[in-house]
Amino acid sequence: MYRVTLAGPDDFEGWRDAARALALATVPADAILWDVAGSAAPDLFGSDATPLPATPANAAFPVPRAFVELARSAILHRDPARFALLYSLLLAVRARPGRMDDRADPLLRRVEDLAKAVRRDIHKMRAFVRFRELDEGDGPRFIAWFEPDHHIVRANAGFFTRRFASMRWSILTPEISIHWDGEVLTEGPGAQRGDAPAEDPVEDVWKGYYAAIFNPARLKTGAMLSEMPRKYWRNLPEAALIPDLVAGAQAREAAMIATAPRPAARTGPRTGNSRAAWQALRDEAMACTRCPLHGPATHTVFGEGPLDASLLFIGEQPGDQEDLAGRPFVGPAGHLFDAALAEAGVDRARAYVTNAVKHFKYEQRGKRRLHQTPDVPEIKACRWWLEQELDLIRPRIIVALGATAARALLGKPVTISQMRGRPIPLDDGAEAWITVHPSYLLRLPDPDRQAEEQARFVADLRMVGERLHART
Amino acid sequence: MSALSTREKLEILADAAKYDASCASSGTTKRDSRDGKGIGSTEGMGICHAYAPDGRCISLLKILLTNSCIFDCHYCINRRSSDVRRARFTAREVVDLTLSFYRRNYIEGLFLSSGIIRSSDYTMEQMVEVARSLREDHEFRGYIHLKTIPDADPELLRQAGLHADRLSINVELPTEPGLKRLAPEKDGGRIEDAMAQMRNQMDDMGDARRKYRHAPRFAPAGQSTQMIVGADAADDRAIIQRASSLYDRHRLRRVYYSAFSPIPSPSSVLPLQRPPLMREHRLYQSDWMMRFYGYSATEIAAATDRDSGCLPLDIDPKLAWALQHRASFPVDVNRAPRELLLRVPGLGVKAVDRILASRSHRRLRLEDVGRLTTSIVKLRPFLITADWRPVQLADRVDLSAQLRRPATQMELF
Repeated sequence: MYRVTLAGPDDFEGWRDAARALALATVPADAILWDVAGSAAPDLFGSDATPLPATPANAAFPVPRAFVELARSAILHRDPARFALLYSLLLAVRARPGRMDDRADPLLRRVEDLAKAVRRDIHKMRAFVRFRELDEGDGPRFIAWFEPDHHIVRANAGFFTRRFASMRWSILTPEISIHWDGEVLTEGPGAQRGDAPAEDPVEDVWKGYYAAIFNPARLKTGAMLSEMPRKYWRNLPEAALIPDLVAGAQAREAAMIATAPRPAARTGPRTGNSRAAWQALRDEAMACTRCPLHGPATHTVFGEGPLDASLLFIGEQPGDQEDLAGRPFVGPAGHLFDAALAEAGVDRARAYVTNAVKHFKYEQRGKRRLHQTPDVPEIKACRWWLEQELDLIRPRIIVALGATAARALLGKPVTISQMRGRPIPLDDGAEAWITVHPSYLLRLPDPDRQAEEQARFVADLRMVGERLHART
Repeated sequence: MSALSTREKLEILADAAKYDASCASSGTTKRDSRDGKGIGSTEGMGICHAYAPDGRCISLLKILLTNSCIFDCHYCINRRSSDVRRARFTAREVVDLTLSFYRRNYIEGLFLSSGIIRSSDYTMEQMVEVARSLREDHEFRGYIHLKTIPDADPELLRQAGLHADRLSINVELPTEPGLKRLAPEKDGGRIEDAMAQMRNQMDDMGDARRKYRHAPRFAPAGQSTQMIVGADAADDRAIIQRASSLYDRHRLRRVYYSAFSPIPSPSSVLPLQRPPLMREHRLYQSDWMMRFYGYSATEIAAATDRDSGCLPLDIDPKLAWALQHRASFPVDVNRAPRELLLRVPGLGVKAVDRILASRSHRRLRLEDVGRLTTSIVKLRPFLITADWRPVQLADRVDLSAQLRRPATQMELF
């Protein structure tokens, strides 16, 4: 049994010298006991251990550079088996240098995992060391307390000297302390948390920054925890704020939504820029390509009417004449709609009228363009515009004319006969009414039936008119 | 109004800056302060010094010089008509704050933006002064990201680029009509002009450096931009195409996406509903696919939902693409070229490189692939290994349903 005692837990040079000698003497991995000077490992073999074989002078010992780099990192891991694992890998690589590329090899994989953990620890130390300023009369000193997972402090010192070369600083850890006086790096024994200053006035400013830069509208604690696990929190001053920030986030966003203007809460007229906003929205809609219907259609037919309207009508889609004119409800169905409104005593000029789908969907038959009912995807694509219009106008009563409009408004298929004639409360305080589309009346072949249905349509509109009157 | 303390100002001006997504501090030149002058270093890879509960990294001191603004952009909390509390830092205060944070290892550097006060040039001058003072008066070698102000004088942009590692200007909205509606005073054409101008400067300085080694560097970490998602009518397809054209024309390093989030005292023009945060995440994934996985914008656009034009929220865009292109799979892990392996859902760039390195040494079995990747479950339907052939799996009609994970709680409400 060979025994190798390394000078420290991160003693790569010592490991390399010993490993080289042992490998040259083809000593198998299980015949070596690795330990670290000063560690409390029981001395199982005492002085019975075989002395290391001498290295022959000028003995060639080539290994791939990738191995050396990997070993330098992996040896910093706290796993006591790392020295033996690295030695096993060394023997394997010596037998077959290409083995370093065989990334699926279980032994290589295991060593790579060690190195990866070390690299992450090194990175986290660079990120999470927090200096506190101490001035004992001889100029400022910056002192940090940090608890790394692995033996990385010596290996990581270079980063801090490159970055903070002109400062005097110390990093204290349980295993070792490093000190920089502006020119020379020195090492000291391990320390305790209490050896570092307990506070720094700038920390409060930093915590203020941390709380302010956090956006409570987008809580994603999982993402935070994967990069800043709890084990680091006790040495991060800002981490003390996290529980309160998380708890407050939901309440804060809920309050934001609640204080936004709502139809129910609306008192005075809208702010002056709603005309400009509507105009811009309409301009934006003119170039809409959210569904394929924009291709064959002539115009995007946007809604129109007063922007402070309390009453808003949603039709299905523009027809042949609307498509050419670029305005809603100007064709035969529009005329019928106007007449019905007049009969019901509802002021058409004070209502906003729009369509669920803003492009004309048709089938070309000879010279005629025949209306086609829009599909659900087209309704969904166009719903964005409808929502913007509703949001801008905020009517008290919204009347959906026909099944397409009702679907666009309520987001689900509805049966008109079951839903008509009564108010349907909406989430934002407004209410919806559902009735048939005027073009349905035009398509009824039987004149008696048509008259009957038209009377029902007018009756629905009259109820809406009375309801509007009652609610104002 | 009583005078605000530095800390109060910081809280107002950091709060106002948090809607900018970028906090990157990587990709600049290597610098250090071993010469004993000044302070700071950059070593290629950026460092995130903390993470906020919103999951975002805190790498830089991200603040506005002032949150007063003469513009009235509806999505912006700092717009002229907003009733937020206003504050303004002096250049000196920003410099001192940056240095005192940097010395304590809280940050990698500064990301300075600003509301527009008086004029674009005046505002830009103030920002350049902060960067100049850090670099020249204090020999600061850390990272500086300056947001450039639309319409600022080209000479000011040039100076900004000499001091800063990265410059950025936000296109704000993916569509021109959206910009017109929500940011009436901004002009999409002029924003792109400024990007083109920065790109030209970078190219010129690059040429100069090839001839003269000591020619100054111009914004070595390049330029980036940000788009707000969900405030205008653009669907994901349109956003991806826009991002791709920005990458190509102005050679941007990054396009950031920011899901529109409700702001205090919102303008009446804005939608109240925010888009799902997952939508933003999917856009970032599509961005990665374009930048590292060799997909074209058109290919990713084909993975969007035909009706809504948006990427599916329940599966990632790479899986969505694979499910639409079943004929390209399964891929033989022992023979397929790199480009094809990169298209396998669940295989990242690192895993693919490991596979390529390993397979000259062994015929990879499923178990070997498992050691090279994080999870084999998602991969199996798409891979052929020495001991595995997913014939039945890949032909299953319900493959898509099998790979979709049940929806998990992502939203606040």
